[in-house]
Amino acid sequence: MLTFTIRRLLLSIPTLLFIAFVIFMLLELAPGDPMAQMPLTIPPEVKEKMRLALGLGEPWWVRFPLWLKQFFIVEPQYWIDAIFGTNFADGAQRIISFQSRSPVFDTIAQRMPQTLWVVGMSYIVGVLIALPIGIISAYRQYSVFDQTGTFISMIGFSVPPFFSGVLLIVIFSVQLKWLPSIYDTTHVVTSWDSFVFQLRQMIMPVMVLALQTTAQVSRYMRASMLDNLSQDYVRTARAKGMSESTVVMKHVLRNSMIPVVTVIALGIPSIFGGAIITEQIFKVNGLGQLLIIALQGNDIPMVMTITFLLAVLIVVMNLIADILYGVLDPRIRYD
Amino acid sequence: MTNDTLDMTAKPRSQWLDVWDQFRTHKGAVLGLGFLIFITLFCTIGPLIWDVDAGKLNIRNKNLRPIYMALFDSGAKFSWGNPMGTDNLGRDIMANIMQGGRISLAVGWTAMILALLIGTTVGVLAGYFRRLDGLLMRFTDLVLALPLLPLLLVMMLLFRDPLRSAFGPEQGIFILIVTGIGITSWMQTARIVRGDVMALKEREFVLAARSIGTPARRMITRHLLPNVMSPIMVSATLGLATAIITESALSFLGLGFPSDFPTWGKILFDSVDRMMSFPERVIWPGLAISLTVLSVNYIGDGLRDALDPRIRGL
Repeated sequence: MLTFTIRRLLLSIPTLLFIAFVIFMLLELAPGDPMAQMPLTIPPEVKEKMRLALGLGEPWWVRFPLWLKQFFIVEPQYWIDAIFGTNFADGAQRIISFQSRSPVFDTIAQRMPQTLWVVGMSYIVGVLIALPIGIISAYRQYSVFDQTGTFISMIGFSVPPFFSGVLLIVIFSVQLKWLPSIYDTTHVVTSWDSFVFQLRQMIMPVMVLALQTTAQVSRYMRASMLDNLSQDYVRTARAKGMSESTVVMKHVLRNSMIPVVTVIALGIPSIFGGAIITEQIFKVNGLGQLLIIALQGNDIPMVMTITFLLAVLIVVMNLIADILYGVLDPRIRYD
Repeated sequence: MTNDTLDMTAKPRSQWLDVWDQFRTHKGAVLGLGFLIFITLFCTIGPLIWDVDAGKLNIRNKNLRPIYMALFDSGAKFSWGNPMGTDNLGRDIMANIMQGGRISLAVGWTAMILALLIGTTVGVLAGYFRRLDGLLMRFTDLVLALPLLPLLLVMMLLFRDPLRSAFGPEQGIFILIVTGIGITSWMQTARIVRGDVMALKEREFVLAARSIGTPARRMITRHLLPNVMSPIMVSATLGLATAIITESALSFLGLGFPSDFPTWGKILFDSVDRMMSFPERVIWPGLAISLTVLSVNYIGDGLRDALDPRIRGL
């Protein structure tokens, strides 16, 4: 197991390097110009100087390793400095946004909590709703509950978040006036009332994202439970006279959770992708919105860093899913 | 009497007839197929009957409500000439939804076919030629690890202007969106096809075909591809659904087609600012997207059951 983990960890390094290279070259080869937004009255020699100031003077084989060094060495050094008060970084050049001229990671750190709150909550809520639905659907296969669950999860697959979000706003904010349509990120929870306000403004974005998670996870949970319910060990457990709740909730559930846990881990990156759209609808100023703004402003370092962070998340979650699978299921041996 | 039964059983039945019979037992799939045919006809033949130019501005008749609003609200401004109402520039919404549906469906189908072509090619090559397997599958894994939605957004933004100048505003964006969706959604197909081809390769009929000297090209086209049609068709339905959603999502984020060129996602996006007073402008295109995707998903569900010989026999 340990050798497998180490091998997978080592293998993920070239994967990440390749992904960084693909993203970098896509941005590099693309004809978009960060200077395109500048007024035409700027003389060409000044424009050239501005280009150099943005660090665009060097060819890509110089800038790509430089970016790698900044991302993997300089930025962690700044983190360590900020935490322990040391001075490893020694004023080294950080990754600077073209738009705000401030370090990219500072902006990301400002935006991260909003995204994490909404995305994290929605994922937890989604999984918590999905698991019981999947269990009951499988236990009472083809019952009314199962049919309804199948239909709802089909809707969750089919209704895109930009429609379900807008629909919720139309119903609950416009018609019923129960919930605010815009997520106020400056809101600070200090009292019971402000907590209730925070809860109310979080309901809609969380439910929109949770619907998709619920649809996926409940399908997997149901299929996995069905697989296990027809196994011989279930019959044995029943024959021994165990109570039905012990059979289902202990024996079957534990075994069915193995593939579901990996699905839950693998779904985390995609929900961050879904957050790009949800944040746009509810005007949450999180990472997704930052990415869209950076894209529209040709802010190459920002786009590159956010996209690469998402890629890191995907690779890490794949790794975790593989390892979890091996840890949870003793039948799986990687060696 | 015995003669009758004999005749019944003697009737030749093709595989696809069996599949169709099984497909018909899935209620959701039949309903889905019905709706998909309806919406396709609505968008293709509809504009011939409902002969209104989708882009025609009519400022005097702007912001008309749909005719059914007259039932709830006697003061609502509506006109029998515009059954779904008009937008803030007086364009007819029904004509726009038809026109938008044409584009959305065309993008969905073309992108799905492109993704299938790439996926099947990669899958068959990786499954059939052992030398290519490691390389191609490692490549597939790498593409799967890419954050696809952000990359698609990057591609939209960066390649929009050159393609627009090369092929014209509509053609250029169409090519860009179709290629973008196509090259980011072929991986699942490739994996499924590879697995099936590898299993088929060990079967006796492939050995027999090889023993009479069938070349690799004909082996793939005559023996392997017809046998992997079922998983390809199932992933085609999934691909169509995701392609329609992705196109709408891109349009919704403002990175799809230009605004005078309606697609369902674009109409939805343009109407979000005014959804407080005109919720129907958001609901119609949204319903069109959702119901189309829902019906395609149900068709996929039904196809999966119908194409599975273990279920079909029952």
